[in-house]
This record gives sequence, C-alpha cells and structure tokens, in this order.
Amino acid sequence: MQCQICKKNEATIHLTEISDGIRTEMHFCELCAQEQGIAVKSQVPINELLSSLLAAQPADDELAGEPEQKHACPRCGFTLEQFRKEAVLGCPYDYEVFDKILLPLIEKAHGGKTTHRGKVPSKTSVDTKKQIELMTLRQQLEAAVQSEDYELAAELRDQISRLE
Amino acid sequence: MKLTDISSNINEWFDGSGPLADIVISSRIRLARNLAEYKFLSRCSTAEKTEILNKLRDTLMSLELGDKIFYISVDQAPVLDRHFLVERHLISRHHAFGKGPRGVVIAQREFFTAMINEEDHLRIQVLKGGLQLSQCREQINHIDDMIESKVNYAFSPRYGYLTACPTNLGTGIRVSVMLHLPALKMTGQIEKFLNATRDMNLAVRGLFGEGTEAAGDFYQLSNQVTLGVSEADIVSRFEDTIIPEIVEYEMQARNQLLLKEIDVLDDKISRAMALLKNAHLISSQEALFLLSHLRLGINMHEHMGASTPAIESLCTFSGPGGDAGKTGGLSITTINRLFMLTLPAHLQLNYGKPLDPTHRDVLRAKIIRSALNQDM
Repeated sequence: MQCQICKKNEATIHLTEISDGIRTEMHFCELCAQEQGIAVKSQVPINELLSSLLAAQPADDELAGEPEQKHACPRCGFTLEQFRKEAVLGCPYDYEVFDKILLPLIEKAHGGKTTHRGKVPSKTSVDTKKQIELMTLRQQLEAAVQSEDYELAAELRDQISRLE
Repeated sequence: MKLTDISSNINEWFDGSGPLADIVISSRIRLARNLAEYKFLSRCSTAEKTEILNKLRDTLMSLELGDKIFYISVDQAPVLDRHFLVERHLISRHHAFGKGPRGVVIAQREFFTAMINEEDHLRIQVLKGGLQLSQCREQINHIDDMIESKVNYAFSPRYGYLTACPTNLGTGIRVSVMLHLPALKMTGQIEKFLNATRDMNLAVRGLFGEGTEAAGDFYQLSNQVTLGVSEADIVSRFEDTIIPEIVEYEMQARNQLLLKEIDVLDDKISRAMALLKNAHLISSQEALFLLSHLRLGINMHEHMGASTPAIESLCTFSGPGGDAGKTGGLSITTINRLFMLTLPAHLQLNYGKPLDPTHRDVLRAKIIRSALNQDM
C-alpha cells in the first residue's frame, strides 16, 4: 500500500480514527507520518524503555504500608531512588529486597517472562537444580492447560508430584 | 603485544569469509556475569573494583583458549588506544570511557574478548565471520564453563544469572548479527525492515559510526529478551528464522536492482568509484557510505554472477587494490581493509600520532586513492 501523502513510499503506519461514529483510515510512510507530527520511533533504546517503566512505578513514599520497599538494601545500602537515577542495581540481593517493584518491570522488559530458562552453573546444588526443574515444569503445565492439551498436562502433573 | 601489531590489518571476522558473508558480516555472542560475593559495580569502592579486576584478570589470563591472550588496562590506556579498541569491536564505548579500574582480556586473533568491570563484573564475547551463531555459542559456553569452575557467579534459581541491569537478567546473553543491507536501502525498503525488527522485539544499531546512525548500510541486530528463553532457543531463532529471512529480503532487493533498476545501481557504484578515486578530503562517514556501494557491486558479481557495466569495470579493475591475477578485479578484502583501516583511530594509530579531523580526511583520501588508482 502506498503512502497517501507522498504517494511514493510504502505505507507502514496505519491509523484508524473514529470520530462522531465515522471511521476514517489513514496510511502513511514513516517520513510523512513524522512530518504530520505523528510520533514514530524506529527503535526505543533499552534505557529509555527502562526509565519510562520506572517513571510508571509508584514513588517510595506512595508505598505506605510496605516498609521493605521504603528502606535501603541491608547489604549494599541501595535505594529505589538510586535505581531510578542510575537504572542499575546495587547488589544481587536487591532482586529479593525490591522484588515487588522489580517484578512488573522485569516482566515488561522480557516480553512477559519472569522465570529463568537455560544454563545453570554446574556448581549449583542438587536442591536448587530440583527447584529450577520444578519451576520449569510448572510453567509448562500452565501453558499445557491454557492450550487445553490435557494429556501433556497430566504427564507434567505426574512429573511434578514425583519431584516433590 | 602492542596495538600497532594488529592495527594495520583487519580482524579475522571481517575478512569476508564465513557462511553468507556477502550479507552477514559477523556473528557475536556476549554473556554478562557477576561474582556472587561482591556488590554490583555502582556500589563498589575503588578498592573493591580493583579486587574484582585482579581476580577476574588472573582467572582469564590462565584460560587455555588455543591462542595468545593479552591484557589491557583500559582506565590507564591512552584515549586513542581506547577509540581503537571500540572501532575494532573489542570493547564497548561505555567501557572505553567509563570510570574506575577496568580492563580487557583479548585473544590475539580477536575472536574472544572479556571486559572486566564494564556495567557488570564480567562480559565475555565471542565473534566470528559470517553467520556462525551456533559455533559462537558452543565456544562461549565452553569458555564460560572454564571461568565458572574458578569463580562463583551470582545466580538465582528464579531469575538466572543476576546482572546489574534487569534488562540483561536470566541468560545474560546478547546475540548480535552484523548485516550489510545496501540493496534494501537503495530500493527504499529499509524502514520495513526496521519496523519488522521492532515487532520482533529486537534492537537495531549501526555497526560503524556513532549512536544509532547506520553508516555504510551496516546494521547490527540483537535480542532484547534475555529471561525465560534458553540460550539455545534465542540462538536458533536468529540462525534458523530471523537472519535467513532478512538475507532473503536483501537478495530479493539485489535481484530487483538487477532486473528493474540497473541504472540506479550502476549510478551508485560508478559515482562511488569516481569520488573515492579522486577525492582529496574524505570524512569517515562519506567513505563508509561510498565503500558500501563498491562492496555491493563486488559481492553481486561474486555471489550472483551480476554483470552490469559498472560492476564489470570494478571486476576488470587491476590497480594496486585489485586482485586481477586471482579473481579478476577489485577484491572484497581490499574493500574491507579500506572500511576498517580508514576509521579515525585506525588511521591515527597507523600514522603514529594523533591528527586533527582535516588531516585525517586528507590521509584517508590518500589511502583510498592509492588503493584504487593504478597510477599512484
């Protein structure tokens, strides 16, 4: 489809406007869309994404009743205020201390994923490895139920109970 | 080892070899890791950073990599050397101009580097020419295992490898593929490519030059999601789906140029050659832009048997940069050499001292002229 303004480039931006019950469709190329003041960015840099996610989080003082979120990490003294400024954490333990705040952010940054899959250090204890396997199986079980694959779900359920 | 030992040559991953190397310049995988017993760098004192640096440097220097390895103390290196390491893709800009004690371990053949105290305690990377992601993954996994047997990485069962920034969490893997897409640009389809990559949650940057500007039609494509998807799945999505599709689109665009837009193609190639052969002042950006068109012409001849008047004149070229005896024309190696050796820090390091921008432009034009003109 051609851009309806320059009638030259391929239209890559498609807008549907509904006003007073009348539906209007518009098709622009990126260049013309920009000239029309329709904000288009080819790529959102990761730090920009992160700061916008952080800005959407409630500030420390809005989190009354959740004292653990208001305090500094007992191990490194890091606070959420610093995280907002620097976009990096203070120590590995911060992932536990600030879990409630970080979880939605992690979810958004990783396309909805919140649990690790993949390499595990070989030094990891047998218990931890079992814990990881259980988490992976539970995720697979959830997906199987969602896709109504009950045969697979039953198999996964049995595997989980054997491990537990 | 001195940097001048490598600065007069291109690195292995840019020598034009490897699968699909006419379009895929190189494949890179990097892993972000942190030591369990230390805070992340933003909370470390200088003394703690030095301790981490020494510990990781000793560990890395004792690795058996099948190549000589050397260490550069980045915070103490001259500014020009740091620019050179960035141009060479051996360290990041952030590492070159960051703060505090930090260093880099480099394998002499440049397939492996390890940045110590960048954003994370350790960032290791493996680089290979063409599309070789599985090979990169195998090698980096092996190196990671060797390091891990000597140190304790910060790891959580739920979040995987713990990184200073939550965007690298989980596998800590960043897969990057460098692509040369001049035909998509010439046929006005590059925006479509950029939009498609955004929809797939991928990041695109320029390979050379500052920031996101893709100088010389070189693009670097990387994954953004590092959590909840295994290393193998991330790599195979790139290697089996994303990259072959992009290569196919670029090939279609090259065919389209040959079938319908020969004049556009020949005009770009001929103008590029005329300017490069005659210019007396040329900026780094302009050189990348023009060399990109010559690279396209030579690759279309070698890989698609293309033979337009402009491509023919490149291929019968027998100047000092030509390889008339072997391939009958200007070689891709010559073009790749010109791409890399005319970058600002390469120019200055090989010249032996810092030069102001105008003198760099004069020297760059002279090097290019002497490679492309028969009579110089």
